Amino acid sequence: MTAAKPDNGNKQRTIFICQGTGCISGKSLEITEALKKAVAEHGLPGVKVDFTGCHGFCEQGPVAIVEPEGIFYACVSVADVPEIVESHLRDGKPVERLFYKDPVSDEAIPYHKDIKFYNMQQRIILRNCGRLNPERIEDYIATGGYESLKKCLKEMTPEQVIEEVKRSGLRGRGGAGFPTGMKWEFCRNAPGDQKYMICNADEGDPGAFMDRSTMEGDPHTVLEGMTIAAYAMGSSEGYIYIRAEYPLAVKRVRLALKQSEEKGFLGDNIMGSDFSLHIHVKEGAGAFVCGEETALMASIEGKRGMPRSRPPFPATSGLWGKPSNINNVKSLATVPVIIAKGADWYASTGTEKSKGTCVFALTGKIANSGLIEVPMGIPLRKIIYEIGGGIPGSKKFKAVQTGGPSGGCLPESYLDQPVDYESLAAAGSMMGSGGMVVMDEETCMVDIARYFLSFTQAESCGKCVPCRIGTKQMLDILERICRGEGQPEDIDLLQQLGENIKAGSLCQLGQTAPNPVLTTLRYFRDEYEAHINEKRCPALSCVKLISFYILPDKCQGCGICLRNCPAECIAGDKRMVHVIDQEKCVRCGTCLEVCPERFGAVVKVSAEKVDVPDEPIPVTAEKPAASAT
Amino acid sequence: MTAKKQDTPSGEQEQHKQETKRILNGFSRKRLSLIPILQKVQGKLGYLPREAMTEIAEYLDIPAIDVYGVVTFYNQFRLNPPGKHSIRVCLGTACHMKGGYITLDAWKRRLGINPRETTEDREFDLDTVACVGCCTMAPVTVVDDKPEGGVEPTRVDGILLAFGYDTVTKDKDKSENK
Ligand SMILES: Cc1cc2nc3c(=O)[nH]c(=O)nc-3n(C[C@H](O)[C@H](O)[C@H](O)COP(=O)(O)O)c2cc1C
Ligand code: SF4
Ligand code: SF4
Ligand code: SF4
Ligand code: FES
Ligand code: FES
Repeated sequence: MTAAKPDNGNKQRTIFICQGTGCISGKSLEITEALKKAVAEHGLPGVKVDFTGCHGFCEQGPVAIVEPEGIFYACVSVADVPEIVESHLRDGKPVERLFYKDPVSDEAIPYHKDIKFYNMQQRIILRNCGRLNPERIEDYIATGGYESLKKCLKEMTPEQVIEEVKRSGLRGRGGAGFPTGMKWEFCRNAPGDQKYMICNADEGDPGAFMDRSTMEGDPHTVLEGMTIAAYAMGSSEGYIYIRAEYPLAVKRVRLALKQSEEKGFLGDNIMGSDFSLHIHVKEGAGAFVCGEETALMASIEGKRGMPRSRPPFPATSGLWGKPSNINNVKSLATVPVIIAKGADWYASTGTEKSKGTCVFALTGKIANSGLIEVPMGIPLRKIIYEIGGGIPGSKKFKAVQTGGPSGGCLPESYLDQPVDYESLAAAGSMMGSGGMVVMDEETCMVDIARYFLSFTQAESCGKCVPCRIGTKQMLDILERICRGEGQPEDIDLLQQLGENIKAGSLCQLGQTAPNPVLTTLRYFRDEYEAHINEKRCPALSCVKLISFYILPDKCQGCGICLRNCPAECIAGDKRMVHVIDQEKCVRCGTCLEVCPERFGAVVKVSAEKVDVPDEPIPVTAEKPAASAT
Repeated sequence: MTAKKQDTPSGEQEQHKQETKRILNGFSRKRLSLIPILQKVQGKLGYLPREAMTEIAEYLDIPAIDVYGVVTFYNQFRLNPPGKHSIRVCLGTACHMKGGYITLDAWKRRLGINPRETTEDREFDLDTVACVGCCTMAPVTVVDDKPEGGVEPTRVDGILLAFGYDTVTKDKDKSENK
């Protein structure tokens, strides 16, 4: 490092480290401590070390932003701290090797604002996530926070608030997409003096984490939205039902509640008005079905979380039989913005029937994975190839799955479809709560269908027969197909069962559980047929249908595979061609992974026999060129 | 092999009862307290032994079977004591696609137990979890509350080794190889 340029030593700078769950698991707490220590040791009075919630770019984590420049650092580690402090915070010279690299152009990008992953997004719900310290209410207030609540209480009647939300076109972000303003109105008009406002933060989709990131990164937005909703409906008691697996979200929401009460934004006579609201946190206990509104209410009451038939709808008879309204975290986080900027502003984004923005957790076989917020109506292709940076490793795109266990898999021909409630539903999938999983040629569609169904089957509450028995039957069939024991009639059987379950189940868990199967049957029938008729898994993924072989003309007898095989089923010795015992092999793929790339002696095949010796034989293969040079 | 359901010694039973009673004092006797009570008791005892459930049922004046029904309904609650180390294998979508199920098989094979069970020596318990939000590190195993990324079968052995658990047969293999 060159000598310091002292002119920059006192410059005002703040480095914000991400302290969302993803980055914390990458040691961001330790990084924060190390930064604080190093800044103190260097005596940099102008430099502050602060933290934010999740930026939605966890795969690049731990991430940090240095303001005012807006320099973005990715994959920071404790070892990078001295260089960041000395070079950037002290001398004003950003650390280039920590810049984010664009996966498509391979170009290093210094500024947050230039990163494609971000600059193609339009952030309303996530507007503050990663931009402020979620544990300080002052930060939220400084961005105009709680002004919308004030406006509602001082200038608007509850009816006007409802009207504004109705006019904005906001639809529920919890999955079903019911117009939010209308739901509030039903509840407002329902007779009864005690009404309950509930925030659904149960986020059960096993591939989505935006509700968590919102609560961890900007908890006050959710509270403000919830308070406005309660005011509109005339409710004085509220519950936030948070998934048990989200301890950090629970902690930050509880802290935000306390701060908000201290400021008089919650509690009795909020902001001097005669409106009062008390909010309680309820921790879920790990049951996917409790995300369903009637089950969630049963769970708050201390019962088993089983859905019940509707009507009566919660708006007339919900928690403890009282009129209740339940909204998703994201729906509520949108409300303060609608009040602040107006219904017309909000409605100017999106499509005719789906207004505003939607948040997706983009994962799977994609270069940039993370949370994204995009305008409704954006084509899938744009999400996957521009924001997501496409499929890594020059693999071929196969399908995109939306809606989690309730949604479906769409093939390439749907990539130009706009993303909104109606078009996704028309394609057999759904918006859901926002999981978006990209699949490439190595993903087996039968296995994915089996995976989602095994999830819903295990989570079925068992109350009604089509869901309880039907999903079990479907799962048995899918498992049989994946084992290579499928029968030709299984395809029709799956189709029939799926349709019956959809039609006959009580709640949407059962009504949507067959979607992953039905859509893969519709778009990827050839894969089912290959499994059933040829006992072949085209993606080389189904464990029972694949085999690993060691090619005698490539193996160098190095023994690495033998030492690593967890099933101890590889025979061999020094300079002997190794042989896999097919009976004992558990098909874990370790041998393929560890065999040195320059030997490349292990192959994975499906429904193919490879000619190999029964016993180890002396190595005949020539040393590969790579090692000779 | 499955984990044996150990009989709780009576001294321990008595202690569980006392702990449960102490926790119950902080709650109202309303039904809505049931799940928070169970969460707190499990937080203290590590699981929900029978004697704790009967105490709770008495306190809330509801049938013990109702308590049991709630405990078995929710995934969070466990009926057998936890091991010293907890192993939770992520089976969320991203981890599944990267072979999380193969990792789970490796854990099952090495520990000799199924998910939601504890090894007989009470060293490890095994469970699955659906997405811990570190999908980009898939396949993920959460070891003692710390998400570990890229846990493929060889890493499973590595993690066990770090706990001083050598897989005996492997040792033999290695010496044979020398
Ligand atoms: C099985 C099942 C799981 C659900 N999980 C969630 C969830 O995790 N979060 C959520 O907000 N809504 C979930 N819902 C939808 C809720 O029942 C409800 O429609 C939603 O919370 C309403 O809020 P919104 O109008 O703001 O979308 C689920 C529904 C079903 C059937
Ligand atoms: S459809 Fe399934 S989850 Fe819903 S009530 Fe029926 S059994 Fe329970
Ligand atoms: S796939 Fe796994 S079990 Fe089979 S030979 Fe290779 S390392 Fe051994
Ligand atoms: S298969 Fe590969 S790893 Fe195994 S002995 Fe041969 S060259 Fe070595
Ligand atoms: S947790 Fe840091 S970016 Fe998501
Ligand atoms: S799927 Fe395993 S961490 Fe998300």
